[in-house]
Order: sequence, then structure tokens, then C-alpha cells
Amino acid sequence: MNLEPVIGLEVHVQLATESKIFCGCPNAFGGEPNSRICAVCLGYPGTLPVLNRAAVDQAVRLSLSLDATINQRSVFARKNYFYPDLPKGYQISQFDLPLAEWGTLPLSDGSALSITRLHLEEDAGKLLHEMPGGGELPGESLVDFNRCGVPLLEIVTEPDLRSAGSAQDALQRLHQVLRFTGTSDGNMEEGSFRCDANVSLRPVGREAYGEKVEVKNLNSFRNVARSILHEIERQTLVLESGQLVVQETRSFDASNGTTASLRSKEEAHDYRYFPEPDLPPLLIDDARLQSLAGALPERPWARADRLRSEFGLTGDDAHLLTQSVELAEYFEEATKCLPENPLGIANWIKTEVLRELKRPDAPPAANWLAPAKLAGLVGMIDNGSLSGSGAKEVFAEIWESHEDPHRATERLGLAQVNDEGQLEAWLQQALKANRGPTEQLLAGEHRVVAFLVGQVMKLSQGSADPRWIRERLLEWSRANGAP
Amino acid sequence: MKPSIRAIAEDVRSGTRSAVDTLDESLVQIERSDPTVRAFVRHHAPAHSIAESIDRRVANGEDPGPLAGVPVALKDNLALENEALSCCSKILYGYVSPFSATAVERLVAAGAVPVGHTNMDEFGMGSSCENSAFFATRNPWDRDRVPGGSSGGSAAAVAASCVPVALGSDTGGSIRQPAALCGVVGLKPTYGRVSRYGLVAFASSLDQIGPITRNVEDAAVVLGVLAGEDPRDATSSSEPVGDYLSGIDQGIEGLRIGVIKQFEDAEQMAGLAPSVRSNWAATTAMLTEAGAQVVEVDLPSVHAAIATYYVLANSEASANLARFDGIRYGHRAQTRTLNDLYEQSRSEGMGPEVKRRILLGTFALSSGYYDAYYGKACAVAGQLTAELSAAFEHCDVVMTPTSPTSAFRIGERTADPLAMYLSDVFTTVASLSGLPALAVPSGLDDEGLPMSVQVVGQRFDEGRVLRCGHAIESQLGTLVLPKISAAALEIDP
Repeated sequence: MNLEPVIGLEVHVQLATESKIFCGCPNAFGGEPNSRICAVCLGYPGTLPVLNRAAVDQAVRLSLSLDATINQRSVFARKNYFYPDLPKGYQISQFDLPLAEWGTLPLSDGSALSITRLHLEEDAGKLLHEMPGGGELPGESLVDFNRCGVPLLEIVTEPDLRSAGSAQDALQRLHQVLRFTGTSDGNMEEGSFRCDANVSLRPVGREAYGEKVEVKNLNSFRNVARSILHEIERQTLVLESGQLVVQETRSFDASNGTTASLRSKEEAHDYRYFPEPDLPPLLIDDARLQSLAGALPERPWARADRLRSEFGLTGDDAHLLTQSVELAEYFEEATKCLPENPLGIANWIKTEVLRELKRPDAPPAANWLAPAKLAGLVGMIDNGSLSGSGAKEVFAEIWESHEDPHRATERLGLAQVNDEGQLEAWLQQALKANRGPTEQLLAGEHRVVAFLVGQVMKLSQGSADPRWIRERLLEWSRANGAP
Repeated sequence: MKPSIRAIAEDVRSGTRSAVDTLDESLVQIERSDPTVRAFVRHHAPAHSIAESIDRRVANGEDPGPLAGVPVALKDNLALENEALSCCSKILYGYVSPFSATAVERLVAAGAVPVGHTNMDEFGMGSSCENSAFFATRNPWDRDRVPGGSSGGSAAAVAASCVPVALGSDTGGSIRQPAALCGVVGLKPTYGRVSRYGLVAFASSLDQIGPITRNVEDAAVVLGVLAGEDPRDATSSSEPVGDYLSGIDQGIEGLRIGVIKQFEDAEQMAGLAPSVRSNWAATTAMLTEAGAQVVEVDLPSVHAAIATYYVLANSEASANLARFDGIRYGHRAQTRTLNDLYEQSRSEGMGPEVKRRILLGTFALSSGYYDAYYGKACAVAGQLTAELSAAFEHCDVVMTPTSPTSAFRIGERTADPLAMYLSDVFTTVASLSGLPALAVPSGLDDEGLPMSVQVVGQRFDEGRVLRCGHAIESQLGTLVLPKISAAALEIDP
């Protein structure tokens, strides 16, 4: 049996706002448990939700960035279930009429993933099964309500993905979009970007979907791919052994890369959605929609296009420099300081900066070497005051210390000598000291040039410009009868 | 004749009588009547210091506001900061509200003095006050009878002359029906007219706070203080607040009063107590005599109002009451597992009527039944609202009796929830359409028990509703409230 995976994603994005979605408490991660709560987000008797406009604006921005159609009238609904982290006994969400529908997410392979719907809702709190900071809680759990009421946009895709790799790519692209639009900090460790995957298998060529399994608890791009791979393998084994896949919710265990049943279809909640009577329908008028659409931050693919046309980057380089909004910002900031050589800056970011960023202990963007300092370094190469190899040494020195590149070059004695009299003297000294190679050079054997350049560099203690020395050696040999 | 709210406040504002004396009079009356009436579940300790501060402000030449020194009672589902709040349910045992309801804040800001919380059917679910977890309140007119519900304690407190005004809340008639049974005035404002912030929700799309008073003018004064938009309640309306007092005594000359054809039907009328039936006929005749024009209006869907109301209200209640789970406040059963905690806390903490309604509401919203119940009920409510809008093209207000019977005996209907639900036959119509409705006393029956008529207006047309109510009151006179001694209830002849 030739089976084909069918994969759809459900992503919860915490929106970047000052305050929570239905009350004035600050929207921030962590903090002392239950320090960012009030009567409203705790659902105290008599309290009512009031919708935060900023959360709506962020949700509309993100929806527009995915080319979704905004429903100018959408309706909040109550999703009813009991859990200690859900103070009202229902989550305010959207059901029949979501904020936006039918978006598109461009994928790396040039295809596009359809987005079914995007809806606003409130986050729940968190159960703690051990004391904050460790310490056992035998037979008890604690609840931290700080996260209650953090605004979420739930994004549901069509089941159009066919591999773990493309699912991972879709998530990374989506993550890229929300980072470029500033609609979420997208921090996966802090739960700002959470993903569930729906996975099923069907014989190739069949239209009907197989029984689907919803996989929860996926906290990294890699784990999304791992869990899907595992599910494909598991479901394949089930089907090939002649059994049926059970529709259920499973939880991924990152420690061993497997999934385990969380609840079956029979145990699934009947959420009893109905329109939230405490909130009137959400209306977004033309003027508001137009102003949000007009001020929409540049999307990653648009930014890549602009980097190409504005700075002459290749498609690959533009793609590379827009892999994160921080990197794109970094490139453009540096370019502002050295407008005459954007390609040089692009090269340095591609090689030296990205090498540093790939290290496991890479600093966050706020602690990267200032883009002006990188531009300063590239500028020194351009005006010949620093050699390429010297610059690499300086870069390695200042990436962490943030020292000024000029001062570091001085301190390390790497400043390039541009005094032609001095350079000529070193060159003649090298020729005299190396009779054999000099004669070979005069005989037209160019392979000795590198050796002689090296000898001059040694005499100059690295401060000579090897390109200049090389040119001058060839010129000298021709002047002295070399063919 | 008891003084009006305006007169009480005027005496306090002018320094003629202190707020403290006014409060003390109220407290003395509570002390005298409450051992038998049992309208109050809680007294507010800070009342005295609030009254004193009002007197200080008067002494300093300040104006404490239009309700200066007016003692007010609050239904036990209205939050007052730092006071217990229980909705007369065991599940809220020990809960103290950290904030005040907007309506309560507005009263206090206008100089009113909250004296205590009043008894109610648990979470507003009932028409007799017998569903209180504390005790049953007695009707001041006859202690063997119910005061109505769910705002029975508030209506009884006003009827027993403990306070000139008590706040109630009305979901399907919970202000109007007890006001009718206790011979006082009860106003349910237009949905959205008064902020619901701080009112413990029963059915959010229907709940509305309103005043229960001794006369129509007092209701107008209090509504003027309560009404207005509140940034904390997204369903509160920005519609400008009217001056409900000006023109209140203009009379009803030329007013077109709609009576509902379906209710005038002989068979329907047969469901009414004979005295209510004859009182209704006499009242409409009186109105015609006073210059009003009585016209019949057609509301074909009105027969479905009670069923529709109970589906919608119970559905919303099933979600609204989910927060009472034993996790954060109130009663918590001692159990080993989470499911047991939920199950036992709620089983122990909630009374049978509350459980019945949660079960009905949960069922009406559940997968496979939603369209047949909740969906259908929404459609009928919409239809009824459209029919009322059409009716208002032919009339200015719609009138009905408020309750099909006068106060019934304690225990008479507790075994039959359906019979109890039928108390709401006239009141649920205005609730489902969010319209303002006023209950005005219209006389005493053969047993000396109060009867009442209901005036329903168009959205935000409280001014006209109050004017009509005032005219009825002027024609019929306010009832002389029963005089209550500590020993027994006595009806003042």
C-alpha cells in the first residue's frame, strides 16, 4: 500500500500588546506567579470582558500579512470546558464568524499553503506541578494565572502539507512573517508561538482523508518535524498491520521522539460553543482596515525583493539576509553606515556574522556587534587600511567585546601600511634574500609570486596589502625582462 | 405617606435632617420588621461611617448628590467592595468582593448609603425567594406568602419600609414580579441602559439592574443616577441618558396603549386569577377614561416567550455558573481528584433549582441539540422582537398585568417548577426584546394582596414608560404599605 501523509497545522500566536485582551493587566512573559492578574482575568463574579483594540489591530495586521480576508463583522464565542487554569470555565474565542479567513503562506519551495481561518481568543493560565524554582508538591498542583487573558491569534491551515519537512518549513515561514510584522515576539520557549499538528495517512490517489491524529506539545520547529515523522511511521505500521488508526489527541515526548495517547475521540470535549453575550460583535470599519493595511510592515518575501532591487543582492543572498527580521535590520543598518558597499557588508554578514550566530551560545540580537561597527570594519578594508585577513582577526576580537574596530586594529597592530616607499623597501629586501625564487620570477614562473608575497608580508609583519605587493612584483618582473 | 427620595435627600442636603438620623430610622425599621420578613441576608458595617461622612460634607457646604443620605438595599448579586457577596448560594461561601458594581458605585457617588444585601433566589433562579440557600423571605403583606423573586428580598425590604429604594436585577421578571407581589414599583430598564459590571451574571444577554421603590417618581430619580455608558461593560449603551423626571406628571391624554391580542384571548385570560383579571379590565377602563387610547396589538409568537426565555437563560447560565468550581474562591469540597473536586464542590454548593437549570442549559447547547434548542430560541426571540417593533407602530407603550396571580403561599409551587415558571408569562416578553418595563401597583385583591400592571416601552423610552406609570399611580393612588411590628405582621387598614 502506497501511503501519503496529510498534514494540517494549528498555531497559537501570542500577540505583542501592552495589555491583555480583556483587561488592563500587562501582557508579558513570566514574573512572580499570580503577579499580573486582576478580578477580570480571574473571572471574579460580576466582572466583564472589554476588548483590547490593540490586540485586534495586531491580529488584523498578521491576518493581512497572510493575505487573509478580514471579516469586518466577527463574533466572539464561549468555548466551555472545566480546567483549573481556565477561571471562567469557558474560553472566550471565536467560532462561527472568525476575524479572518482564507489566507496564503508562501513556502520555500515556491508553493503556497492555504490558511483556513484566523481567530482571536484569550490564553489560559498554567498549572504548576512543582514549586516555582523546584521543590515537590506531593498530591497538589498550583495555578499561575499570569498568562490568563494574553491575546492569541489561532491560525488553522488546510491539510495540504505532505511531509514533515514542508510542515517545518511552513512553521518557519509563518514565524518569519509574524516577526517581520512585529505582531508577536514568536518566542517558542516562552510559548508565544505554539503548534499542534493534525496528521493522517491515506492511499495515494484517494481523495478522502484518513482518521486524523492531533499531536500536541510541540515546542520547537525540530520537534514538529520529529513528531510528524514519528506519527507517519506509527500510523503506517498500524495500517500495514491491517488495523485502523484511531482518531485521537496525542502528546509528543521530546525526550524519546514518540507520541502517546492523551484522549480518544470519545473523551473529546463537547465545547458547546455559543455567541459570547458579554461582547458585541467585533466590527472593523473600512477606515480602520485601510489604515492598518496601509501601514502594514514589510513581509519577509517583499523585503527580500527590495534587498535585491535596492542593493543588487543575489536572490540567494536576499533570502539568506531575510531569514530573520533581526538579520535584515542588521544588514540595512550597516548599509546605512557604508552605502557605497552593500555587497561587502552582505558578504561579511553571510560569512563571519552567520558563523557566530550558528554557535549554540550565540547572543540575542540586542547583543550583536553594532551594525555601525561592522560597517566600519568593512570600510577599513575598502580604503586599504586593513587587510582582509586582518579584518577577520579584528572581527573575531570585537564580536563579543564590542570594541571599536579602528581601536582594535591599532591595538593588535594590524593597521595596513600604505607608505609606498616602505613597501618598496620590504619588497626589494625580500627579492634580495630569496635569489632562487627571484630568478624563477624573472623567468616568468608565476607560481613563485605567492611565496614572494608571503615573504614581504612576513617582513611587514602583516601590515602590507598583499594585493598591492602582488601587483608590484609582477610589474617589477616585467620591467626587468620577464616575459 | 412615606417621604419621597427627593424629599429625603433634600432634607439631608439642606441639613434639615442628618444622614445618620435617616440611616438610623432605616435600621430601626429593619430591626423591627426583619425578624419576621427576613428580607436581609447581610448588614453593611460601614453604613454609619458613610452616613457620617455625608453629614460632614453637608456641614462643609458640599453637595453629596441627588441621593444624599438615602438608605439603599442591594440584592445579594450586586458587588459592594470589601463586603461578602453570595447570590444566596452556598457555593460562594466566604467570598468577599474586591470591587463594587458600577451601579452601586454610582449610587454611592450620588450620596446613597448601602445598608445591606437582600435575599434572593439562588443566582436569580426562582420566582419566590424560596430558592435561597439562607432562608425564605416573607411577604410583608402576608407572612405566609412569598414576596416573589428572584429580587424578593429587595421588594420585601421596600414594602416593609426598611429602605425607600432597593436595587434588584431582572432577567425574566425578577424585579417586576416581586415588586408586583409586594405592592411596590419595579423598573427593568432597557438592556444596556445600566451597566452590568459587578452584577453576578445569570443570563448575560437578558440581565439588567433596576430600582425597586415606593413610587414611580422615586424609580425615575434612581434610574437617572444608575443609567449611562460604562467602559467596563461592553454591552452598556452610549445612548444619551434622558431627564426622567421632567414631564413625568404630564399624564396620558392621547397616549396609545397597546394590549396584546393573544393575552386578551378568553382562554389565556382563564389562566389568570379572577381578581387579577377583573383588576386588569378595570385598569384599562380607567386608562381609557383618563384619555388614553387602548389598541389591540398582535404578537403571534408571544405564546413561545416562556419556553424561549428558559432555553436562552439556562443556556447562558450553564456557562456563567461554570466559574463556581471550587478552585479560586467559595466552597471547596475536600477530595482526592480534580474531577471529584469539581463534582462535589458544585453538588454540595448549588441548590436543586440551580442544578436543574445548569443541566437544561448544558443540554440545550450540546452538540446535536444546539440548533433545535438554543438556535431555535434565538430565532424566536428575534421574531418576537420584530413583532414588538411592528406593534409599536400602532402604540406608544404595551401593557399587561405584571403577574398572573397575587402572592402565592410559601411552599405552594416548590414541588412544581413548571407552575413556578408560569409566573413569568407576562414579564419574559420585554426581557427577550431588551425593552424597558415598569411594574406599577394597581390595587388589592379580595385577600388584601397587591396586584400590578406592567408598562413596556420601546428601547430607551424609559421616560414615556415612567410617565405612563406615574399616571396610573396618580389615578389609583400608591398603596399604603403594611405596618410591621416585631411581634407579628399587621396590615395597616
